[in-house]
Amino acid sequence: MPIEYMGLNNIQGPLAVIEGVDEAFYEEMVSVTMADGTKRMGRVVEISGDKAVVQMFEGTDGLSLENTATRFTGEPMRLKLSREMLGRTLDGVGRPIDGMGDYFAEEVRDVNGSPINPVAREYPRNFIQTGISSIDCLMTLIRGQKLPIFSGDGMPHDDLAVQIARQAKVVDSDDAAGEKFAIVFAAMGVKYDVANYFRRSFEESGVLGKVVMFLNLSNDPVVERIITPRCALTAAEYLAFNYDMHVLVILTDMTSYAEALREISSSKGEIPSRKGFPGYLYSDLASLYERAGIIADAKGSVTQVPILTMPNDDITHPVPDLTGYITEGQIVLGRNLNLVGVYPPVSVLPSLSRLMKDGIGEGFTREDHPELANQLFASYSKVEDAKSLSSVIGEDELSELDKKYLAFGREFDKRFLTQGAYENRSIEETLDLGWQLLSMLPRTELDRVSDEMLDKYYGKTEREVV
Amino acid sequence: MANAEGRIFGINGPVVRVRGSGAFEMQEMVRVGSESLIGEVIGVTDTETIVQVYEETVGLRAGETVTGTGGPLSVTLAPGILSNIFDGIERPLSEIRRLTNAFISRGTQVELLDESKKWDVKLTVKKGDIVSGGTIIGSTPETSLIEHRIMIPPNIAGTVEWAAPDGKYTINDVIARVKSAGSVIDIRMRQEWPIKKARPYAQRQAVTKPLVTGQRVIDSMFPIGKGGAAAVPGGFGTGKTMTQHQLAKWCDADIIVYIGCGERGNEMTQVLNEFAELIDPKSQRPLLDRTVLIANTSNMPVAAREASIYTGVTLAEYYRDMGYHVALMADSTSRWAEALREISGRLEEMPAEEGFPAYLASRLSQFYERAGYVTNLNGSEGSISIIGAVSPQGGDFSEPVTQNTKRFIRCFWALDKSLAYSRHYPAIQWLTSYSEYINDLTRWYEENVSPDFMQKRAKLMAILQEEASLMEIVKLIGSDVLPEGQKATLEVARAIRVGFLQQNAFHKDDTYVPLEKQDKMMDAILLLDRRLKELVASGAVISKVTQTGIVDDIIRIKYTIGNEDIDAPFNALMKKINDTFDASVPSFAK
Repeated sequence: MPIEYMGLNNIQGPLAVIEGVDEAFYEEMVSVTMADGTKRMGRVVEISGDKAVVQMFEGTDGLSLENTATRFTGEPMRLKLSREMLGRTLDGVGRPIDGMGDYFAEEVRDVNGSPINPVAREYPRNFIQTGISSIDCLMTLIRGQKLPIFSGDGMPHDDLAVQIARQAKVVDSDDAAGEKFAIVFAAMGVKYDVANYFRRSFEESGVLGKVVMFLNLSNDPVVERIITPRCALTAAEYLAFNYDMHVLVILTDMTSYAEALREISSSKGEIPSRKGFPGYLYSDLASLYERAGIIADAKGSVTQVPILTMPNDDITHPVPDLTGYITEGQIVLGRNLNLVGVYPPVSVLPSLSRLMKDGIGEGFTREDHPELANQLFASYSKVEDAKSLSSVIGEDELSELDKKYLAFGREFDKRFLTQGAYENRSIEETLDLGWQLLSMLPRTELDRVSDEMLDKYYGKTEREVV
Repeated sequence: MANAEGRIFGINGPVVRVRGSGAFEMQEMVRVGSESLIGEVIGVTDTETIVQVYEETVGLRAGETVTGTGGPLSVTLAPGILSNIFDGIERPLSEIRRLTNAFISRGTQVELLDESKKWDVKLTVKKGDIVSGGTIIGSTPETSLIEHRIMIPPNIAGTVEWAAPDGKYTINDVIARVKSAGSVIDIRMRQEWPIKKARPYAQRQAVTKPLVTGQRVIDSMFPIGKGGAAAVPGGFGTGKTMTQHQLAKWCDADIIVYIGCGERGNEMTQVLNEFAELIDPKSQRPLLDRTVLIANTSNMPVAAREASIYTGVTLAEYYRDMGYHVALMADSTSRWAEALREISGRLEEMPAEEGFPAYLASRLSQFYERAGYVTNLNGSEGSISIIGAVSPQGGDFSEPVTQNTKRFIRCFWALDKSLAYSRHYPAIQWLTSYSEYINDLTRWYEENVSPDFMQKRAKLMAILQEEASLMEIVKLIGSDVLPEGQKATLEVARAIRVGFLQQNAFHKDDTYVPLEKQDKMMDAILLLDRRLKELVASGAVISKVTQTGIVDDIIRIKYTIGNEDIDAPFNALMKKINDTFDASVPSFAK
């Protein structure tokens, strides 16, 4: 029979201190019973002699130094796992909130997970067709990759994530029904409307039965927010590596997550580094993002699409900055494109997929893909030069070549980037469209493409395109 | 004396405070808790000992015991290191996988090196020989590429009393006995060495030979010497890792130590797969046979991240002592610095800049000073070249890690975001990068490549400089209104940027370019420069020549001319350039 400790010794922000504890261990779960019988969960975040510092998940409001009874559960934070989780909605720490009762746990696991041994990883190579030209052609998503969307407030990152989830669902040619596809969705500090939008969209596209939702909304306790992505990833790993499923994990919004981490760090009195975020923000974010991947012994995969809003659209803010150092590329959304009505407003130049080089080309997508992508990037960066020149001297004064670049840029935005929220382009369509646009430029300008490819694809505007 | 023992008092992340015994030594390796996690003493006060733990501390309880091992954190040095992949404290990851499957769990106890494997050992000493620290007493083929030279550990000297006959031995078998100051010492292939202490050498030498990498922007523009230190700073997505991979693949060192410090797991897998498949052009053997990988991915314990750098450099020194040239890539030193910051923060030390501890600079200098070209204790020559990637926060080079690193390296390859955005790779910015080794290496280049190599380099740099200032004007008024002479400069600069500095790592020839070809490419570009200037002086417009596509021919040299038998195609190209100009000049100049 575990001992119950009556009362607390100190309460500060979300942290409570209990003295006289002998057997607590680091990161142990704690259950606190209040005077009215309600229970709250907490986690040991620091031990000093017989003093344990406990982080309370549902906040400390209503707690006093006397009205509680605390029990140490003897376990780290764990999540019940089951295939039955698919289709369910859980709160930020994994308790069902959809009114459908508890589910049967096949296994219980520590939500912190363990690092994947690099030797046991399988290098991701399989292309995922999202049906979105800019992504498929220029920053290809690979199964097992972590590719975040860097966005800002008021931009359509949610629509983009939903579109990716909707259109990427067929993962194998022998799995047309999408049997092996699952989505794990974790909302951290987002508004109810946003969570509901995702839910409705999953419902409309008929995948809701394949989705596990973890919701920590913006008015839910901040401390729970630290656990939410860990629960989501634990569920994803379970489905991927025990049931051979291809799991797409959408985490939104990572900025709220990092802010929660900052809040707790400062209430613990830790020394802050940049912008008040704790020094371990990098390691902490890495412990989430690195849980994407494929392991050699299993057939499934975990692909992550985290969404983060850049405060003030600043890509050098610590959260996008550190994220970019950990993830395998990024999809950056651009405010200017959004203003002129381009959807999806993917800002091409700063976007990148690090894994695409090994997952495209002959045998994966099409032989011309690598060179075409390279050339589109290079040409589009010249469009930017021409634009800045024309803003100084006016478009009329530009050289013929620069005018061609401007025209190319406009068509690129209009035809390549812009597409409907329900428009699902095949990779062939996308690549042909790319060549069509490049054919607006003189052949001598295309220095990233070999002659062989030029002969085959350049100027062939008559090919079937959309 | 019994080892020190204490009890856990406090736990905060990887930092554990221990009470009970004052007998722990600074830097002593300790075993923590019931799972015997590995830790290191990093502070001793009158009441407490502070330990950093190299594994996850979830589940540790106050009151569990901490036991000292009596020695500092050390690595095992013996055959079996090469073509292996280790974690930050030299535990082989493939062995861990065998024991714990795909995920790394805590407290896994493994042999650091295979102790049962029998190596084919040939001994070269006999009874009566006088040996001292570093003396090579025998050898064994460690991999198909590298012969492992068995050395007397640095602190032992004496006469050989017995040497084992040639045969098969494990790393723990006694292969010789040395009589030293009255006692007899057993010599095994296995040695231990504390990772934070540099291994001794006889004498440090000046850097005079380049580390040839086959990358044009490095070899020709900003070369690094064997025994030198370089930094590759760049924001995310600028190609730090790609640059490190290219160097690890192609540089002409004998041994590569590649440290993935706080980076992506998939990248380590990629290195592992790719290096096993890639064939060394010289020996036709897999590159992995000359490579050691150390992986502490970003989600592995942070304290081991700090150790991984030292582990790597200690392994490098061990091979240097055998007389090999070692290149060490650390990707990324910023993660290591952040590990220092994290531990320091948990110790509540007074922070200096941006939360980094005040001792950041001294730690960085200690690391980079372990690079060098030396005469070893046994008289052979060896070197360690260190190439450290730096990941500045927000891509801003004024942050503390980049700034402090700059003071201890002599070669700076600054990666630039805007170059990377326009897919100019390697995105090494030629205006902000520098190499202080140029003067030291000039003589080697003159003797081994071509007598005026460095002059050519200087000319190319001058053209690029001029282009940069011209671009200021072009940004305002466009290039059409420039005088012909300046248009010519822009044209040549384009040839340099696109044809020479850009290099395609995925092209079979362009991924590695020998110095001879680099030299000839410079010749071709400079010929273009000279002829264009003559043309302008004769009063002609350059568009007549540029329209012939001759500049694009020069830009495409990297694809059109292979790496072998380059003389004939280059002569043909030079003739073509001259002919093109000759054909144009008279018609205008008349």
